[in-house]
Amino acid sequence: MAKAIVYLNQFFGQIGGEEVADHEPEIRNEKVGAAMLYDQLLDGEVTHTIICGDNFMGSNEEQAVDRILGFLKDKEFDIFFAGPAFQAGRYGIACGAIGKAVKEEFDVSVISSMNEENPGVKMYKKDIYIFPGGKSAAKMRDDVTKMVEFGNKILSGEKLLPAEQEGFFKRGIRHQYFLEDETPAYERAIDMLLKKINGEDFVSELPIPEIDTVEIADPIKDLSKATIALVTSGGIVPIDNPDKIQSASATRWGKYYIADVDKLKNRREESFKTIHAGYDPKAADADPNRVVPVDAMRKYEQEGKIGSLYEYFYSTVGTGTSQDEAARMGKEITQELIENNIQAVIETST
Amino acid sequence: MANLIPIAKTVGANRMVPTISIPYPLGDPSTSEEEQWKLRYHRVGVALNALTTDINEQTVFDVEV
Repeated sequence: MAKAIVYLNQFFGQIGGEEVADHEPEIRNEKVGAAMLYDQLLDGEVTHTIICGDNFMGSNEEQAVDRILGFLKDKEFDIFFAGPAFQAGRYGIACGAIGKAVKEEFDVSVISSMNEENPGVKMYKKDIYIFPGGKSAAKMRDDVTKMVEFGNKILSGEKLLPAEQEGFFKRGIRHQYFLEDETPAYERAIDMLLKKINGEDFVSELPIPEIDTVEIADPIKDLSKATIALVTSGGIVPIDNPDKIQSASATRWGKYYIADVDKLKNRREESFKTIHAGYDPKAADADPNRVVPVDAMRKYEQEGKIGSLYEYFYSTVGTGTSQDEAARMGKEITQELIENNIQAVIETST
Repeated sequence: MANLIPIAKTVGANRMVPTISIPYPLGDPSTSEEEQWKLRYHRVGVALNALTTDINEQTVFDVEV
């Protein structure tokens, strides 16, 4: 029989309210509070309940997670449930933190539930299954039912459908799968196109994300005193790709020293090339300045139009790269640029 | 600097300068070296000027010569 372990905070674990929110993590080999409901609905058995105060987790996350992983080390379990956390922010974040750690450590499915307003959703929806839940404990039964139904499906080995169909928050993970009727892509594309032309509703298989607005940066007052960096998503790297940036769906970026370079030398000269798998590399390999215009920037530097070109350029690959990964890499690069007092960036994309 | 300006808009770029293609944003290999250099020097210059321009909304800068 399948075994499950449930994580609850001090309140739902029946220790008490806010006054005991610093309750240290503990594990009990019984079903406490909401764990009984899970047990009733599950095609299996809840063997243990973990209880931890929200404040304890919030203030000592690393220690709390380590201790809980320690509790679980010698336990056998097939699935892990955390919450539901409703609109309780600290509880939601706790469910996410412990859920993510359990998934990584033990490679079991982790399911939680939170109200869409809970900050835990945004922080952890990519890491664990989170179902949209009610605002308060009045929705306990509904929320647990959704979680357990999905858990039962996982335990039975049934094929899982994309997030929209299963009902959990989209994780931003792309899967390759075959449609049951095996309708090829070109037929589906033509069907969608005809529907579009006829003004009928259709569902895109590649939804364009909603427009993201970014605060407009102030203009540079004096370009002739500014240091400017070049950043590219065109995959220009040294010939041996030292950072092993992936040719598609990149999760890595690199920075390359160009302080002594007047123009980027090309692939034939064993200098720079592109590793981007989303466009024909011929033109970029022959002259990488077509993608990262070091030569033009040097000219403007000599003419005094700009103060200087930053001594590194930054590169990653922007094909198949998820928006979340791109945003993370962008933040990491920006952090470095700010630390190095760069006033502006020219970003070139392919 | 992007060829696919609609995508640059979608992801929230505020100062946008069009380039001429996806595989060779700043220099068409079928044209002379001189023409490529002129184009690249000009468009990078437009981008630099864009950095000094005060804008109130997402703006695509003019690259007509």
